[in-house]
Amino acid sequence: SKKRKAASLEDHFTHGCEGADNSQIRFKLCQALWDKIKADTEVLQDELYRKILDSLLDFTRKCSSTRRHSDWASQMRASEIPTAALVLGVNVPDHDMTFQSLSELLQQSVTPFVASVQAKECAALKHLMKRVLERIMGTVVDVDDEDEEDVEQTSAQLHKSVHCSLSTLCDWYSSKTKKSSTGTPGKRRSSPVKDDPQHPPVVIIFKDLEAFSPKVLQDFILICSRYIGRLPLMFIFGIATSPSTIQHMLPHSVSSLLCIELFQSLSCTQHLATVIDKLILTHQFPFKLNSKVMQVLISIFLFHDFSVRNFIKGIQVQSGSYMSPRSVCCAVRRRRLCICHPSREKQEAQDQVNLLTNDAHLKVLCQKLVKHLCKYHKNYNPVLRCLHTLSSNLPRYPLGKQLRELHFICLEKNVWESEEYHTAMKLLKVQSKDELIASLQRCVDILQLVKSKKMKKALVQLKELLAKFMQLDAPPSTEDCVTSRVRNLQKKTDLFQLQKTLLEMNESRRAKKLSPFESLRNETLEFIDGLVKTHLSPPESHPLYEVCYYSSSTTVRRHLNATPRTSIQAALSCPYYYLQNESLKTEDGTVSNAAPDICIAYKLHLECGRLINLYDWLEAYATVVSAAEANNPDSTDFGKVEEVKHARFIQAVSELEFLGFIKSTKQKTDHVARLTWGGC
Amino acid sequence: SSAMDVLEVKFIGDGDALEHIVDKHEGVQSSSGSVQKMVTLKSPAGRRARQDTDRDSDEHGLHGEQDYVQALGTDNMDEGRSYLFFSIFEHIVFVLAYIASELARTPAKTVTFSTTPDTEPSTPTRTGHSEKKVQFVSTTPHRLRKRMTSEFNIEEEEPSKGLSAALYKTPAKKSKNTPEPLNQPSMVEEYFEAHGSSKVLTSDRTLQRLNTPKLDRETLVQLLEGKPSCYSKEIQQLHNKHRAHFSKWMLQLQLGFSVLVYGLGSKKALLEDFRASHMDREIHLVVNGFFPSITLKSILNALTCEVLEHGGSFQTPSDQTQYIAQTLKDSPDLHVYLLIHNIDGLMLRGEKTQSALGLLASLPNLHLVASIDHINAPLVWDQFQQSQFNWLWWECVTFQHYVEETSYENSLLVQQTGALALASLTHVLRSLTPNARGIFKLLVKFQLENKDNPSYTGLSFQDFYQRCREAFLVNSDLTLRTQLTEFRDHKLIRTRKGADGVEYLLVAVDASTLMDFLENEEGD
Repeated sequence: SKKRKAASLEDHFTHGCEGADNSQIRFKLCQALWDKIKADTEVLQDELYRKILDSLLDFTRKCSSTRRHSDWASQMRASEIPTAALVLGVNVPDHDMTFQSLSELLQQSVTPFVASVQAKECAALKHLMKRVLERIMGTVVDVDDEDEEDVEQTSAQLHKSVHCSLSTLCDWYSSKTKKSSTGTPGKRRSSPVKDDPQHPPVVIIFKDLEAFSPKVLQDFILICSRYIGRLPLMFIFGIATSPSTIQHMLPHSVSSLLCIELFQSLSCTQHLATVIDKLILTHQFPFKLNSKVMQVLISIFLFHDFSVRNFIKGIQVQSGSYMSPRSVCCAVRRRRLCICHPSREKQEAQDQVNLLTNDAHLKVLCQKLVKHLCKYHKNYNPVLRCLHTLSSNLPRYPLGKQLRELHFICLEKNVWESEEYHTAMKLLKVQSKDELIASLQRCVDILQLVKSKKMKKALVQLKELLAKFMQLDAPPSTEDCVTSRVRNLQKKTDLFQLQKTLLEMNESRRAKKLSPFESLRNETLEFIDGLVKTHLSPPESHPLYEVCYYSSSTTVRRHLNATPRTSIQAALSCPYYYLQNESLKTEDGTVSNAAPDICIAYKLHLECGRLINLYDWLEAYATVVSAAEANNPDSTDFGKVEEVKHARFIQAVSELEFLGFIKSTKQKTDHVARLTWGGC
Repeated sequence: SSAMDVLEVKFIGDGDALEHIVDKHEGVQSSSGSVQKMVTLKSPAGRRARQDTDRDSDEHGLHGEQDYVQALGTDNMDEGRSYLFFSIFEHIVFVLAYIASELARTPAKTVTFSTTPDTEPSTPTRTGHSEKKVQFVSTTPHRLRKRMTSEFNIEEEEPSKGLSAALYKTPAKKSKNTPEPLNQPSMVEEYFEAHGSSKVLTSDRTLQRLNTPKLDRETLVQLLEGKPSCYSKEIQQLHNKHRAHFSKWMLQLQLGFSVLVYGLGSKKALLEDFRASHMDREIHLVVNGFFPSITLKSILNALTCEVLEHGGSFQTPSDQTQYIAQTLKDSPDLHVYLLIHNIDGLMLRGEKTQSALGLLASLPNLHLVASIDHINAPLVWDQFQQSQFNWLWWECVTFQHYVEETSYENSLLVQQTGALALASLTHVLRSLTPNARGIFKLLVKFQLENKDNPSYTGLSFQDFYQRCREAFLVNSDLTLRTQLTEFRDHKLIRTRKGADGVEYLLVAVDASTLMDFLENEEGD
């Protein structure tokens, strides 16, 4: 990926301005980059969910194997339907992904008979039953060999139209398993069912348990329990809130038919933290987000949906709009300016002229700068992590609990100038030896993984410091003078003398020579401080940072978290904002009488209460419009409702109705009801 | 006069006005001294005429305005009497008329009624009922303005602090030296102010006062066509601005997003332009979501029959969506573009429709472009559906008239419904036998006789039969029944089972239209 990135950036610079082939290349690169990001996140998420999915798989395997045991306990168990209650949390949009991979995994390794159902499609028992049968049989058809497919399909269709009951499923299941046990060896290879090839369980996944109607669910469970002997059924409940929902939804008589085991999924914030860690805080991907954009995405996550999927979507949106041809061209142009800007004022005049006129020169410089930027990223991330490990266990978390919080601070400004950093450093200066050593050890671990030269050097230094800490034995006696003074005190003295000695002692303690530990600690912290100052500068301070950083937070917000109502109201109350016509220009918060009809009608309707008298509204409207038409206010026609105005008013009002501001009402003749209230 | 100096002309929020008026109303009802004066005040034209006789025409500016307010309340202070006797609704009229005249008269074409109320107390200063000095002080414009600056500063990228600030911009400039007036009602209070009492506080005037109380659709269209479209240049500019994003939309559609356009103004032309320029060569389907009889079934049928060329029928919509999903999955090279004007349309708002559409939108080779207009449209989707749709929002303010979108609205504020229903009534009736017409008219007349009876539920079948017999219209109840079935098929009447199990018959058209209908019939 490094190579690709270099190529892409080079590309931007060698080609300079737009051209069809050029933009094509750029688009390809963008897509390649996004594909990589996507693939990586998928792998990452798979890993994250592996644990819970593995335990679920184990559970299903165990269930299917215990069935065959004949001891008393498992006989007792046999009458119960094994059920996994999977608590997933409220980040609903992500659940789909989880269930998708769950059912895929199940089909791969445990049983081909998996059906997942949603509450939406199962309004009645009949529907639920139908879906279950369809899906179980449908999946079998897919998995099976080609020659069997036709037979299966017809039978499934027959089944669809004829009867839809569990006994059909039982028959089908027994015929199926019989077939597969006598099947060709080739087929068995294709379906990797290991532990129980004869009787794989039939797994039904209820994606959103809370949304199911309790009645349907109860009936279904009751029916299923009748067939448990013939059909090795198994349930997985997807629960968003808490496990107690099962008790709320199912009476004891029904829930006693289930043998429930609880599984807790990964919390979404943890999930997000990992994604940020692996996706954003890495030098692998040249695409970066600046602090504002990050904040928008994070706040959508925290305040709106808790959906990691949407978070990733947000990143995709940006990568898309960032890499689109036009923006890059702009970036290139801006680059020239940026290079000539004060940030590089050291350069001589000749050099600057060179930059402006000589493309080759520009290219060389850009390459240099981009390389510098890459190095910056390589060093930034490990140092950030080190600082986080040091600060994350301080009381009150001055630099934030999460890595992303620290990242925000660093993106925004020079972290070492911030208040929070100073408090953190102060706290670190009084940290105990054990804690300090532990976190330094973790820093060493972090730095060990990095390959950059500077980090290696830092690692060596850090190791040296650690070694010194280790060597540090019991502090040698610096208390000599103090003790001697204390001894002096034991002699008989007067009050004045005592006061004097105490003051002296106090003074000396303040100016006391630092213990070796303390000085070593200070040395270490200075070292860390140095690292922070050299590597954690915000990206804006580096030339060409625009190449990697996406900064348009408004674009992101507008595309992901739009507020259509605000937009409509803005257009209605300040039309000038959109229609740049001088006659619409007005003072703050007012509307010109030349504004479009709908704006005037809207403005007038804001002054009304719950009901609006159409006649009065019309009259007021006509007055305004007459003035706009520059009628002589003295003429008797002024403000008179003529037909055209009437028609325009009707149009404006019906448009307002269409937008949902008013609706017709029968409460009073010729009145409409207002659907918003107050001045907005 | 001295009163003029004290006077504050302020823009009045309806809520505030109501508050004052309700207060005063009880106390002053008895004094009915200057009704005439009030009457002249009600119409701005009349008011001006009066003023013109009173004073120099060059003094017409602000003084006239103050005079108006004086007339309404304050200058009568001198006489020691209050003019605050008008009933509540007239105040509302006043408020409306006042604002209108403000909007109308300012020569610079801007309205300046939003003078900062900060320095003034935001409640009326009243020194007891004896004096009756009223200051019309408004809190609304200030609040409104503030909200506007805070919400509508959309464009500039300004640095923001804190998470919430990143999402919703803090006001760029919070009016520099304005401390929050203490007793401004919050949104909640405003809500209860508006909905607290069931009393309707509006004037009783109706559209019947107009020369042409009702315009039918044709005249309406005719009138609007004649009108020169204002700001067409700017509107075209806006359109071109949005056009520039078309290729981006296309890219995003192909990346798996759905494009959702919102903002004031009809976006039909814009999307149509998009369709013509970018989708012409692709397989696409255009859905007019605002159409009053559009259904999910028709959309799905169009997809399966026209696009996928599937002959069979389906039992349920979910079967159909499943079929579409499966077919598209099986042929990944087939790309279908779905363009929905007003996905928030009245008929598409249902949860089932939206979830079916969401399911379709989540297919990788079905690309959805849609528009929304209703202010509460986003409430249609829950989190799950939103992630299915995978929307990318685009603000496209076009300022174009919702001509087609509103043309279907039969509610078009009374003016429309009547004409339409009447036309259809006459039309259907014309095709019936004289006897059948007689039967229908009988029902209509009975209903009109009972139009003021709120508990009228309809004419019972037995009664109706009796009356028809008496008028020699039918000879057996079977004839009547056949006739009624015909009416029902033409949607002329509705039947309803009463509490006693008897069938009641109703004409489902409002009284005024029925009256017109009878007049027409008699005229013929």
